Amino acid sequence: MTMELPHSFSIAYPKETPRLSARHGDPRTEPKAVRIAIIGLAVAFLGVFVVLPLVVVFAQAFSKGISAYVAALGNPEALSAIRLTILIAAISVSLNLVFGLVAAWAVAKFEFRGKTFLVTLIDLPFSVSPVISGLVFVLLFGAQGYFGPWLASHNIRLLFAVPGMTLATMFVTFPFVARALIPLMQEQGTQEEEAAISLGASGLQTFFRVTLPNVKWGVLYGVLLCNARAMGEFGAVSVVSGHIRGETNTMPLLVEILYNEYQFVASFAIASLLAMLALVTLIAKTVLERHLDEGKPSHDH
Amino acid sequence: MSTIATRRSTLPGFGLTMGLTLTWLSVIVLIPLAGLFIRSLELSPDQFWAIVTSRRTLNALRTSFGLAFAAACVNLVMGTITVWALVRYRFPGRRLFDAIVDIPFALPTAVAGIALSALFAEKGFLGAPLAELGIKVAFTPVGIFVAMIFIGIPFVVRTVQPVLIDLDPEIEEAAASLGANRWHIVRRVILPSLTPALLTGLALAFARAVGEYGSVIFIAGNLPNVSEIAPLLIVIRLSEFRYADATAIAVVMLIVSFLIIFAVNRLQRWAQIRAPAL
Amino acid sequence: MTIEVRNLFKKFGAFAALDGVDLRVADGELLALLGPSGSGKTTLLRIIAGLDWPDSGELLFDDEDALLRNASERHVGFVFQHYALFRHMSVFENVAFGLRVQPRAIRKDETAIRARVKELLDLVQLDWLSNRYPSQLSGGQRQRIALARALAIEPRILLLDEPFGALDAKVRKELRQWLRSLHQEINVTSIFVTHDQEEALEVANRIVVMDKGRIEQIGTPAEVYDSPASAFVHSFIGESIELPVQVGDGGVQLGGERLDIAHDGVRPGASKLFVRRHDMQVGPAGAGALQGEITHVRSLGSAQRAEVVLSHGKTVIEIDAPRDRELRPGEIIGLNPRRYRIFAAPE
Repeated sequence: MTMELPHSFSIAYPKETPRLSARHGDPRTEPKAVRIAIIGLAVAFLGVFVVLPLVVVFAQAFSKGISAYVAALGNPEALSAIRLTILIAAISVSLNLVFGLVAAWAVAKFEFRGKTFLVTLIDLPFSVSPVISGLVFVLLFGAQGYFGPWLASHNIRLLFAVPGMTLATMFVTFPFVARALIPLMQEQGTQEEEAAISLGASGLQTFFRVTLPNVKWGVLYGVLLCNARAMGEFGAVSVVSGHIRGETNTMPLLVEILYNEYQFVASFAIASLLAMLALVTLIAKTVLERHLDEGKPSHDH
Repeated sequence: MSTIATRRSTLPGFGLTMGLTLTWLSVIVLIPLAGLFIRSLELSPDQFWAIVTSRRTLNALRTSFGLAFAAACVNLVMGTITVWALVRYRFPGRRLFDAIVDIPFALPTAVAGIALSALFAEKGFLGAPLAELGIKVAFTPVGIFVAMIFIGIPFVVRTVQPVLIDLDPEIEEAAASLGANRWHIVRRVILPSLTPALLTGLALAFARAVGEYGSVIFIAGNLPNVSEIAPLLIVIRLSEFRYADATAIAVVMLIVSFLIIFAVNRLQRWAQIRAPAL
Repeated sequence: MTIEVRNLFKKFGAFAALDGVDLRVADGELLALLGPSGSGKTTLLRIIAGLDWPDSGELLFDDEDALLRNASERHVGFVFQHYALFRHMSVFENVAFGLRVQPRAIRKDETAIRARVKELLDLVQLDWLSNRYPSQLSGGQRQRIALARALAIEPRILLLDEPFGALDAKVRKELRQWLRSLHQEINVTSIFVTHDQEEALEVANRIVVMDKGRIEQIGTPAEVYDSPASAFVHSFIGESIELPVQVGDGGVQLGGERLDIAHDGVRPGASKLFVRRHDMQVGPAGAGALQGEITHVRSLGSAQRAEVVLSHGKTVIEIDAPRDRELRPGEIIGLNPRRYRIFAAPE
């Protein structure tokens, strides 16, 4: 391209640059003072709002020593809450896992109209406040709810019992596995599945032998996040549970009850378990993300 | 002559998986949500309006929405500063700080709630020095504000981060070669290209804060008309068996959430047009 | 196995991918579907495989309605353009896949499967890669494994979708010859899709030239090259000189001037004259149907290629001439087409 640069620019620029930098700063990054200020602000912000609360959980939990901590965890109420949390999480995660696989297959491997709409619907629980997530089930199954009388007459207790809490948990954790799998399966395309079909495989054989092994990291990722949310869910389960001690308290609910009764060590002890779960989840998530990035299919060109 | 009436797809299982998906989706998500809206329709418009505009409800909504917006704005500014430091600079512990950004998202809300409450209580680690300065955080709207900042942190940072990472350094160099100083470049070149992501992060942080319950109720005073958030009012109405009231408030909150999601989708589409993935 | 396609139509939205296709494939032949992108060749191949379905028409395998079966029941071997190897399985498991998913009733036992896989890997000369994974293979190796995998199920037809399209030129040439000799060895009815006419001419027994969802011509490579049936085939296969001419009472006219060639029975009106570059005989000025001035000459292997401005209408053409008589820029020459075709211009 033969374009004539303005005469002054082409001559002046090389000579003036060093003086320019010194006076106005290197335009490729901020001046040192600004950089330090920004880093300082960021570190302070995260330190106050993220690090400190986390530290407080453990500091309070161990504030009366290790034996008090262990005793709090060994309390029958605590153990019962832990068991219930694990049970509800196990059920919710398994069912949402199956749903996630089925939904991802339908969305990723076929073309149909309304696909974006369907995915938006699947994402709905994310935009609903936890309390409302519990409210909807009370409206359905509560004494004044639509199915309330029918349930009462059949002596089925959904609300203020484990089934209701599980339902609310499933609502809240509904999209996690599907959201992890859909983009992954879409990216992987349908070629390998078509190859399997042309070689004589049935639909199920194709799914288990070809599709599933290719998405295993996505499945783990989705299950991990789903589980973390299921175990930590508070608002929705609180609304639906009735807070019946020893029966319908999950770990988060027990944390609330103990805190309101000023049993701080016990409350923070259980909270510390949940905090450790969160940290483990984050670490595993980072590891899995690396696997997911590696496993991204490269088109064989 | 063979019959090719139906349009068949290559891979099998569409009918079955689609059917299962729709059924499961309806049972777990759509029917419960529909139940809420149908319930709200049982109220006459006047009743609905009366509930929503009652003094206590209005204050609760004002508290929730107002403080959520304020907190989201703080997150917008501090989140931008944070993501800038994490992406553009190198400093010891950077990776660690990058990792902990996700903690407010991963930590169960009740745990966050009691931790913040203990931290900012009058005798708490931060609450004590602040009390000396005359600032009371716990059991006041300020406490709600603080909790909402906490939970909104990941939204701005994680939404802006990939966009900032993908910014082409050559554009900044081009601007520099044309005579712009650093502030010009940041203000006129970089920030505009981040705007869609920034607004998306703001909207997401706002949406999350509005509906937040567990992280907030421990540090909030929960005094009606003063420091009561809308989700708590819903819970209280439920315990009073005033289902209609609870439903009305919930519907208002849901409509706002859906509007925000809609706006976010529009924003993301706008972002695609302005800066399509090359 | 013979294949018969009758009156096949397929639309994607408003786009007609197949617009009335009739075709008969003989048992054991190696057929090429040749055409530009959008011609419908891949759609036709996928419909034969069962990976896609026509809107109307018939498909018969050995006189049986093939549309009653889906892809997994048609016993067709399909080789994809980008191989579609199962990335989490070893080469061995990839090739064994078709044998492992067979219904229990007809499935072979493990020893028989192993033997067959080894046989196939030997056939494609890649036995030594048996334990590797697709990501560790080169493009050419992956394609051969994909072929072995398709052959494992002893298909009645072998379908290949631009099998060498994703490979570089040298590997492509080698694999072309290898495919031809492989076909002679196993003698399975095979159809392959390509947009590369050189490939089709070199490998196939017969070529089906397609454009815009229709078949333009079916014939052996010689027939298609020497006796193109339409303007499209003439310009798509081999290089041609194309000159717009008018056919009328005054014979054939180019740029207003009458040419001394017969009009081939073409109806009066706008038409195109097609001549192969090497079919233009160079003679002294004044002799021959066309006159022109040479503007540029370069050597092209065993021939010389000259750019010539014709006196008729100032059209510029390129001709290939043997090197016995050296051409020079500025020379005025006469040109006579030894062989040519005239086709009516499309409405």
